[in-house]
Amino acid sequence: MLKIENLHATAGGKEILKGVSLTVNAGEVHAIMGPNGSGKSTLAQVIAGHPGFEVTQGSIVYDGENLLDLQPEERAQHGVFLAFQYPVEIPGVTNAYFLRSAYNEIRKARGEQQVDPMEFLDVMEQKLKLVDMDPDMLHRSVNAGFSGGEKKRNEILQMAVLEPKLAILDETDSGLDIDALRVVAGGVNALKKPTNATIVVTHYQRLLNYIVPDKVHVLAHGKIVKSGGKELALELEARGYDWVLEAA
Amino acid sequence: MSSPIDTLVNREYQYGFVTEVQSDTLAPGLNEDVIRLISSKKQEPEWLLDWRLKAYRRWLTMTEPHWGNVKFDPIDYQAQRYYSAPTSVKPKQSLDEVDPELLDTYKKLGISLTEQKLLAGVAVDAVFDSVSVGTTMKEELSRYGIIFCSFNEAVHNHPDLVQKYLGSVVPYSDNFFAALNSAVFGDGSFCYVPKGVHCPIELSTYFRINAAETGQFERTLIVADEGSYVSYLEGCTAPKRSTHQLHAAIVEIVALDNAQVKYSTVQNWYAGDKDGRGGIFNFVTKRAKAFANAKVSWTQVETGSAITWKYPSVILQGDNSTGEFYSVAVTNHKQQADTGTKMIHRGRNTKSTIISKGISAGDSQNSYRGRVQVLPRAEGARNYTQCDSMLIGNRCGAHTFPYIEVANNSSTTEHEASTSKIGEDQIFYCKARGLNAEHAISLIVSGFCKEVFKELPMEFALEAQALLGITLEGSVG
Repeated sequence: MLKIENLHATAGGKEILKGVSLTVNAGEVHAIMGPNGSGKSTLAQVIAGHPGFEVTQGSIVYDGENLLDLQPEERAQHGVFLAFQYPVEIPGVTNAYFLRSAYNEIRKARGEQQVDPMEFLDVMEQKLKLVDMDPDMLHRSVNAGFSGGEKKRNEILQMAVLEPKLAILDETDSGLDIDALRVVAGGVNALKKPTNATIVVTHYQRLLNYIVPDKVHVLAHGKIVKSGGKELALELEARGYDWVLEAA
Repeated sequence: MSSPIDTLVNREYQYGFVTEVQSDTLAPGLNEDVIRLISSKKQEPEWLLDWRLKAYRRWLTMTEPHWGNVKFDPIDYQAQRYYSAPTSVKPKQSLDEVDPELLDTYKKLGISLTEQKLLAGVAVDAVFDSVSVGTTMKEELSRYGIIFCSFNEAVHNHPDLVQKYLGSVVPYSDNFFAALNSAVFGDGSFCYVPKGVHCPIELSTYFRINAAETGQFERTLIVADEGSYVSYLEGCTAPKRSTHQLHAAIVEIVALDNAQVKYSTVQNWYAGDKDGRGGIFNFVTKRAKAFANAKVSWTQVETGSAITWKYPSVILQGDNSTGEFYSVAVTNHKQQADTGTKMIHRGRNTKSTIISKGISAGDSQNSYRGRVQVLPRAEGARNYTQCDSMLIGNRCGAHTFPYIEVANNSSTTEHEASTSKIGEDQIFYCKARGLNAEHAISLIVSGFCKEVFKELPMEFALEAQALLGITLEGSVG
């Protein structure tokens, strides 16, 4: 589904990704771990098409297409979803309106019919339950005045509504208490299908107790320095990152 | 990598066409003879000519104001033409007699003066350069006793009302542009709603400048008698021309005891090109006087004009009267706007609300200027002011000039202000959810303007939203 080869990316002239290669197949969950500043979030943002990064070398092929040729909105319309580490506030725009706009854009791209506000409420009803969210949230402005946990839950709600093929969770666990973490992970697991894939970017092993990865990768200094199964995450938790970095 | 907003194309100003009509246009220049000529073309009574001449003489003693946060070269008033009217427009003509060319012009602007079915719920007075070419639904309104006609017609048919209220809210001596308007005004709209009548439809004036090198100086007078209600809409467009054109209008509103007037504007004058060539200088005086328990609301969406200089204000004359001002002002490229309001609290327990949203993009400058004045007698007066500015890009400016004067100690005034920048982050967030940049900006800006848009009548709210999208296209470098 996703094949990244020798990816180099810079921000403000500074190289952050220095040759990342990664292959993700449909039905898989991959975890990307690593110390602060290793380039984890950059990788997530480059896949989503953040304009602040320039890809200087390498390729990303998604579903047979060169992803780097697509605008961020086209990537989203093709089923790529990034759950933001820091979800952005949009005052005055209700969550419901924002979500329906996004939902309709993606349906339009798939050649499906757009839904009106009433139909959309039906869609939302089940999705809200998935992330244990109060329907009142739909009528509040997008992320404005939300607590950290509410923002993260809102990201998963969006993911549930948009049903992406490839979901990238960028440090979705940071700042969550254990109950919120369970809810968020429950939502992600419920959305898992043999036809879609998830990349979980995280600093801690904690989230991986709830979202069990098929593969774990350690990113350090802009490169994947070690890959393994889910047991690698436990080993990192126990021993820290130093031994991996030294070995690399 | 270039900014995502960069990639947007600049859509052309949609209303920039010129109508080819034969016109009766005065040579450039201004003196007493010109004023006499304008007055005689309109077959005006002596008292009105005298009033015009007094205004002119007063104007000669005044100087062009440059205190606004806008820059423009002094205007050569002798190089302007002060009257232009299509020759086909005859006094007291009916709508059936209007030149098809003019009907077609309004049709292109989305306004039908003939097909009644398209006008459901809105009556229109169409002002073309210096004359009104027609007013719709007049007969229907007259059944309620409502007078809605061109200003010139009101002068002839309702001289007592015009004479009583003309200049009663904006005296000709008020300011430089008001004096100029009072001396040379061409036409405009007049509306009188009798006691206790709730005007069943929206009334509107559509201003169109067509002739070159000609200023448009129209005036609108709205009188809402005791306990009446009227909602009034104003729209305006002009052709694209490479030189600046002056538009110095006056709107006077009188809301007698217990009356309510709602005045909404979507201002879309030609703004000039992206380098600041051409465009309308929109120097307008709008003011209302609210008597006891009356309420006046101004709602404006200002997207056009090279320069906007206007402060729709309310004199809260009577006890318990209310004034409201809701404004969205958008500037892009080299546009300049200095706009806001004055709320003058004279009566007891008077109340005013000011919500102003300024959006600046490109190289534009956008200023809010407001005065809240509470006079000694206005005990228990209350004001709430909120002005928010949004910046798009790094080269534009947002400014706030609030003046608050309170002369008693039982009044409350509140002022809140904020400035935010529309971020690449917000746009990227929307894009990552499948919305393109254009959609993202329109969504973010609509959210920002929500409190003002909800005050607009339905017909206007949709137009205003669409207009914002167009104005801001290609706005960030």
